[in-house]
Amino acid sequence: MAEFNRGNRPLSPHLQVYRPQITSVTSILTRVTGNALIVAVILIVWWFLAAAKGPEAFARADWVLTSWFGDLVLTLSLWALWYHTLAGLRHLLWDTGRGLELKTAEALGWAVIGGSAVLTLLTVLVV
Amino acid sequence: MRYLTDRKRALGLGAAKSGTEDHWILIVTGVALAGLIPAFVLVFGRTLGGSHEEVVATFSRPFPALVALLTLWVGLYHFRKGAQTAIDDYTRGIRRTILLIAMICVSYTAMAAGLYAVIRIAM
Repeated sequence: MAEFNRGNRPLSPHLQVYRPQITSVTSILTRVTGNALIVAVILIVWWFLAAAKGPEAFARADWVLTSWFGDLVLTLSLWALWYHTLAGLRHLLWDTGRGLELKTAEALGWAVIGGSAVLTLLTVLVV
Repeated sequence: MRYLTDRKRALGLGAAKSGTEDHWILIVTGVALAGLIPAFVLVFGRTLGGSHEEVVATFSRPFPALVALLTLWVGLYHFRKGAQTAIDDYTRGIRRTILLIAMICVSYTAMAAGLYAVIRIAM
């Protein structure tokens, strides 16, 4: 049967036909945050390169990263980083076959959302 | 004449034809990053906002330099593998090929630039 459908299989997942649930939303956010972090990584790599080059280049990069726009991007990225880290730990737990019951999985979803918010606030306040 | 049975040839390969290697790499780098990320957030967060001399002094020390090196290295490798799963899931054909090549080039360029910069500062 598979021979008849080679190369023309449906793409996954069909987001628009499902009602949003905490498990699906947290899963989608894992992917979104992971991919979006490349923006902060490129900014930070630029900052390191500028620091390696000299004081003048560093002043330019540092000005961007510590401007209100840089603050906004880095703070959002900080949340994305903590979110993706916690969601990743959740995946490591799931990979062992644990925590897959619906109740537990939903509780873990809320834990990832709450935990990432707390860690972001803590980081902004303490570090 | 084939010496392997069909089952034996397919075993462990899965639909992607390359086994579960990508998933395994994401697990390994993910565990490593679980330790590296808090360290990097502390080191980078404390250094950001400092003067050029302070930044250079910080990353001239072994621990901050190693944390930055490993985080950029492992982190961008993790991105390269993770972004591939997203592109594989949502795109097909020439669009997938172009996106994969672009993503892989961006990943390794950022990785090389980051490692070069940190080593330059540390030396």
